[in-house]
Amino acid sequence: GLGLSALAGGAQAEQALEPNSWEDVTTYCNFYEFGTGKGDPAANAHQMTTTPWSVKIDGLVDRPGDYDFQEILSEMTLEERIYRFRCVEAWSMVVPWTGFELADLLAMAGVQSNAKYVAFETLYRPDEMPGTAYRVLDWPYREGLRLDEAMHPLTLMATGIFGKDLPNQNGAPLRLVVPWKYGFKSIKSIVRITLTDQEPPTSWNMSNAREYGFYSNVNPEVSHPRWSQATERRIGGGLFAKRQPTEMFNGYGDEVASLYSGMDLAKSF
Amino acid sequence: MRDRLNHSLRRLPTWVIYLLGALPAPWLFYQGLTGGLGVEPIKALEHEYGKLALQLLVLGLAVTPLRKYVGLNLLKFRRALGLLCFFYVCCHLAVWLVLDVQLPGQIWADIVKRPYVTIGMAGFVLLLPLALTSNNRSIRWLGRSWRKLHRAVYAAGLLGALHYVILVKGFQFEPVIYLALIVGLLLLRLPFDRLSAFLRPLRQRA
Repeated sequence: GLGLSALAGGAQAEQALEPNSWEDVTTYCNFYEFGTGKGDPAANAHQMTTTPWSVKIDGLVDRPGDYDFQEILSEMTLEERIYRFRCVEAWSMVVPWTGFELADLLAMAGVQSNAKYVAFETLYRPDEMPGTAYRVLDWPYREGLRLDEAMHPLTLMATGIFGKDLPNQNGAPLRLVVPWKYGFKSIKSIVRITLTDQEPPTSWNMSNAREYGFYSNVNPEVSHPRWSQATERRIGGGLFAKRQPTEMFNGYGDEVASLYSGMDLAKSF
Repeated sequence: MRDRLNHSLRRLPTWVIYLLGALPAPWLFYQGLTGGLGVEPIKALEHEYGKLALQLLVLGLAVTPLRKYVGLNLLKFRRALGLLCFFYVCCHLAVWLVLDVQLPGQIWADIVKRPYVTIGMAGFVLLLPLALTSNNRSIRWLGRSWRKLHRAVYAAGLLGALHYVILVKGFQFEPVIYLALIVGLLLLRLPFDRLSAFLRPLRQRA
């Protein structure tokens, strides 16, 4: 709703966010199903068929089933949210997303009271995804959130950027956006959402648990074992772009810090 | 064919190799300035310089096996390949220091704390004396120890490739290919003829 949209912008209202360019957002992507180079997704993702598209919602829900993407859209209210996006590789962007709150989608399926986590899966279609020929990760790509994180009003299901439909390389037709977590949590091209009572396995954590925790909240004080997370570089600043300090929870601490009260964020990283 | 190739290579002046080999450095920098390296030119430039250094290292290590197994003589250009490799290592390092990390306090922390940086730095340090002694006067002055000293490039090559392998996220092919090439080129240096001569009587007895 509009009230929540105000909440989303609230903390940053004073320092109005200047979005990156369309070129920045659509040519510099991590979508390993299309290759590990930053330009590979833009070059290869056109091979992915996104119509028709359906999302299987299953597990601990009242109304499990395959939900057609167009049907979902007809039920949801789209709004624009301008979020900072911080990659675990220490670069960042500002992206104007279009989408709806994940909480609204989950309400559509009816979350049962014993559900504690939400698991997500990306499309895995090897003949349309040249990057999956290599086992860079254990496909399909998987991510997950704790239920309270999933229900948080900042957590968005994006269907577009810059007021246009999501380009394939950015996770068409439907992707998650969790702005206070490292970018890899914001899983792309979602085909399955499962409500469970156990912490679901997630791709980067399965690949290297020491480097990528389940939570992966943006945290300048907890460094990645191979690089510092204290600073980041905004994409698009050219060859002499300066680093800037990374903010706790990517600047969304006022909204989300309470989700983690009492937790040791260096341990549950 | 091979003889003709060797003949023309003999007539090719080494300055041509230096010139052609050095040109990508300013060209890539210019590309970085003008958008040719994409929207994040710092990392792109850093990686391009690093990869060129590895490619030149592979070429340098290929000189001896090519002569031994193929009969192609590139010995004349080996110094140029080595110095160009070192030049790109320096470019790579400079981009990392000045454009990428930026914060002097962070640089030492990274060298100590981050294994891939430590390994890369170790490779650079190993190459330093080799670059400094790659002139005729040093070769004369050092005599036999020059050859021993310059075997440090084997270790530097392995460190460079390892630096790349452990830097990337997930399991990726490209860095592994460099590592395999370098390991392969080092294996070709093993004295196979002596080894098989040594094994022959054993095999006959069996």
